[in-house]
Amino acid sequence: MIDNRSFYNEILTEHNMHPDFKYDLENADLILDGINPSCGDEITLKLKVEDDVIVDGAFVGDGCAISQASADIMLGMIIGKTREEALHLADIFIRMIKGNATEEEIDELEEAGALRDISHMPSRVKCAVLGWHTLEEIFKNRSSNNT
Amino acid sequence: MSLNRSIREEFPLLVSNDVAYLDNAATAQRPACVLDEIRRFYENANANPLRGLYALSVEATSEYESARVAVQQLLNAAHPEEIVFTRNTTEAINLVAYSYGLNKVKQGDNITISIMEHHSNMLPWQMVAGKTGATLTYLECEKDGALTEDAIRNNIPDNTKIVAITHVSNVLGRTTPVETVVARAKEVGAVVLLDAAQSVAHMRVDVQKLGVDFLAFSGHKMMGPMGIGALYGKRELLEEMPPFLTGGEMIEYVTRTGATYAELPHKFEAGTVNAAGAVGLHAAIDFVNRIGYENMEERELLLTRLALDGIKDIPHVHVLGSEDPHEHCGIINFTIDGVHPHDVSQILDSDNVAVRAGHHCAQPLLAYLGVRSTTRASIMFYNTEEEIQRFLKSVSTVRERMGYSE
Repeated sequence: MIDNRSFYNEILTEHNMHPDFKYDLENADLILDGINPSCGDEITLKLKVEDDVIVDGAFVGDGCAISQASADIMLGMIIGKTREEALHLADIFIRMIKGNATEEEIDELEEAGALRDISHMPSRVKCAVLGWHTLEEIFKNRSSNNT
Repeated sequence: MSLNRSIREEFPLLVSNDVAYLDNAATAQRPACVLDEIRRFYENANANPLRGLYALSVEATSEYESARVAVQQLLNAAHPEEIVFTRNTTEAINLVAYSYGLNKVKQGDNITISIMEHHSNMLPWQMVAGKTGATLTYLECEKDGALTEDAIRNNIPDNTKIVAITHVSNVLGRTTPVETVVARAKEVGAVVLLDAAQSVAHMRVDVQKLGVDFLAFSGHKMMGPMGIGALYGKRELLEEMPPFLTGGEMIEYVTRTGATYAELPHKFEAGTVNAAGAVGLHAAIDFVNRIGYENMEERELLLTRLALDGIKDIPHVHVLGSEDPHEHCGIINFTIDGVHPHDVSQILDSDNVAVRAGHHCAQPLLAYLGVRSTTRASIMFYNTEEEIQRFLKSVSTVRERMGYSE
């Protein structure tokens, strides 16, 4: 068993209680709802994208600390990045949660690496990846709309 | 007799694991006598019941049928053939929905269920209403879970054919006034199905005294094995109903064009039955009888009162349902301001306290009560005062551990 005193660490509780990106972003280009039906966690991810660069982003939602903190940490990492770079991080994050990422890759995730122990908690995996999964979908939707 | 610690020592998992197991409403733990009986059946009496003509198969059949009599006596049913073995409560309710509901309910009829139903006593009736064109009426409870006589009367209209209702809510722990529901249903000529999943493990249930037409329960919530449950149905109703599943050992004769179905209850038990499960359930019933419902209830009330008294002194914690421990049947569902139930349950887990978090398969009830999800502790007589204290202590530290200063 993982000790929750260390698992619910300062990074996670800080992002849950005082999120930097949890607000309703106006004039977003891309909007998508992400839902985790087994727990009831939900977020609405909103992004502003210019020339394939994520110039701004935010989310609103309701759910457990892991789902909300993970989405907040994600936004802090992807704003300023290109679509490609953001999806690269999403790929590493989702693999990290499934226990399939290397140490070098986890280093790339910076703060999001604080959630690595969730790979040992099968019941919380969906909470942790909700934001990142919604990010992947939002770009998938956009590319299918373009074609 | 009042219960003491030696009862707890009959549960191997509770002896070998120091978890405070407070998820009994999801499934109970099993005493050694249940596990031993399952093993004994497979070692000494295993054959396919109801088929073979040799001695061992006769023995297996006799053990299976004797389990049926044990269930009959537990529920005080009039006849053994009024007991149909199923996998669980859900399958028993589906049997009635498909076999009785789809054949007896017509457009213009009504089905009434309560807002407190578990999804397993809700979705089958949504299906029947959808397929037949009948209306589905929800009987709403007060905020503390009470069902008033007026609400019962007003929500079982004259065109009602089926009333399907829970005996004890798995969210609020409140006991339904079954006699009042049955009295109103009788006035309009409706049959009553009682979902006894949460009650049979905690209180004596007498189908003749309650006057219900159908009753469903699961063995695993009353310390029997998983995968065995039962449906009680009045004989005259079961006799009229077509089979739910068809196949082996539920026929008299089969030709290329059709079949004559077997007598009750085998008409409803197609395929190889869960004989070892039935034998295990029989042992669980014997165990309950040995302890006595009154002793279980007394002990569970004491522990529930301890938990409710303690939890109401913890700031930011809100208990769903009544303030009266008598109205909880050991179920304590609560929310903590600012902390999601999944985080609450994970923190409790780190203190080795096992509770359930989520919507408890009762999303319409939670929506009606205005909460999204909750944390549920559910008590059984084998829990201890120390476990309740550990639970309370853990709950009292949750907000601080999630970063709140008070």
